[in-house]
Amino acid sequence: MSIQEIQEEIIDEFSMFEDWEERYQYMIDLGKDLPLIDQQYKTENNIIKGCQSKVWVHAEMNADKVEFTADSDAIITKGIIAILIRTFSNQHPKDIIEANTDFIDKIGLKDHLSPTRANGLVSMVKQLKMYAIAYQTQLN
Amino acid sequence: MLKVENIRKDFPILSRHVNGKPLVYFDNAATSQTPQQVIDAIVDYYSNYNANIHRGVHTLSQEATDKYEAARQTIQNHFNAKHAHEIIFTSGTTHSINLVANGFSALLKKGDEVIVSTLEHHSNIVPWQMLCERTGAILKVIPMNVEGELVMSDYDALLSNKTKLVFVNHISNALGTINPIKEIIDKAHNVGAAVLVDGAQACPHVKTDVQALDVDFYVASAHKMCGPTGVGVLYGKEVWLNKLPPYQGGGEMIAEVTFKKTTYAELPHKFEAGTPNICGGIAFGAAINYMDNIGFDAIASYENELLDYGTQKLLEIEGLKIYGTSKHKTSVISFNLEGIHPYDVGTILDKMGIAVRTGHHCAQPIMDFYKIPGTIRASFAFYNTKTEIDALVEGVKKAKMMLS
Repeated sequence: MSIQEIQEEIIDEFSMFEDWEERYQYMIDLGKDLPLIDQQYKTENNIIKGCQSKVWVHAEMNADKVEFTADSDAIITKGIIAILIRTFSNQHPKDIIEANTDFIDKIGLKDHLSPTRANGLVSMVKQLKMYAIAYQTQLN
Repeated sequence: MLKVENIRKDFPILSRHVNGKPLVYFDNAATSQTPQQVIDAIVDYYSNYNANIHRGVHTLSQEATDKYEAARQTIQNHFNAKHAHEIIFTSGTTHSINLVANGFSALLKKGDEVIVSTLEHHSNIVPWQMLCERTGAILKVIPMNVEGELVMSDYDALLSNKTKLVFVNHISNALGTINPIKEIIDKAHNVGAAVLVDGAQACPHVKTDVQALDVDFYVASAHKMCGPTGVGVLYGKEVWLNKLPPYQGGGEMIAEVTFKKTTYAELPHKFEAGTPNICGGIAFGAAINYMDNIGFDAIASYENELLDYGTQKLLEIEGLKIYGTSKHKTSVISFNLEGIHPYDVGTILDKMGIAVRTGHHCAQPIMDFYKIPGTIRASFAFYNTKTEIDALVEGVKKAKMMLS
């Protein structure tokens, strides 16, 4: 599926929730369920320090597609990471570079990607794109 | 007796809703809310006498100067400074601290020692580290105990005739601990060291008498005590302010300028280069008048009631731990739920209209001491109520249920 299609699917899923509680409970469950990153990659090098929560990101290139794994010490942050990974992982670098994160707004989680939250997510999205740019350069 | 129902009517913001719920504002230690009386002072300034001060010969300038200097006197009286020119307007506590730290660059030499406490806000650590880098002075640290109190016997051991400066907060922003500053000041003076007390967290709770304390520098911010953001105060003893060189050059701070030599203005203007935050200074005065009218004894006794009530109710929640358990503390409760990140709890509380602070509160050494990433901090002001604390307790219970 393309990034666009996955994002539309996520918007669809979130449209079924009636209030913030259902939305957040879903995010919390996503955060709890997913083993997001291999322990060996939870290193100082892969850390993105937010003022509030920490985020770890690891990237690998497999058959022209970038595979991301990530984690956080806060569970809601982790839930949002799960959604971001679902959209950006296993995609071509070029598509990752061109993709936007407007869908986060549409599923009612915009504040979490605001710089004032200082949860590391804004830097995380930047980091995903940086990895994609680096891999794209390798391909060229 | 403080009548909270009447007081709440002074604060327009307290009647707004957040995320569909009535606002419960418990982030007062970061920024306090603004009463109508202070808002009116700001509107009055821009509506009626907005002008530059000290230099104009016209009526508006004169009126603005009179009000600005009257505000300085209000601050002087509130802190019981000996002279009005010992009150320097700044942009806030951080600016005040940097002004003093910069001034001491000229007075310290290699091998001199300065003492800081573990309980400090980063703004009362970093400027002094920079000072030490510039001068070669050595930074020593007063440790804390598990209750969140300074270990005074260790402080005694750190003091010597090498000690030139001690800087410590009056009240800890992260934990609410009230430090024994009189004892700290007296002991520092015994070895000939000067003391700067960061009063940012104390100013909304305590009426400080700088002469009774015999403190050399006392700093505070307007926005912690019902005033606007971007304005604060540096109190310094006249003798110290005369010793320190000017911080910034510019207009207002000079006596005479030629390209050969500039002579500096007298206190307080020596430290007030450029056009100040005139409206902010005047509104700061209005805020102090507002709080003094209510009375700090009434404020302290009501806030203690809130602190006791909040502490008791929160501790009824299983797995909740409070950090900072000194007998001497103000209405700040810093806590965590076992196994749950403070960011997650803060996020859920915000959805319920409850504003708390989460994170390390710019006090990482304290978080390192407890080996935690941060805390949830609820800080109460005299306009908060027990009903709001009940809402917080319900919110925390709900967050715990959702996140466990």
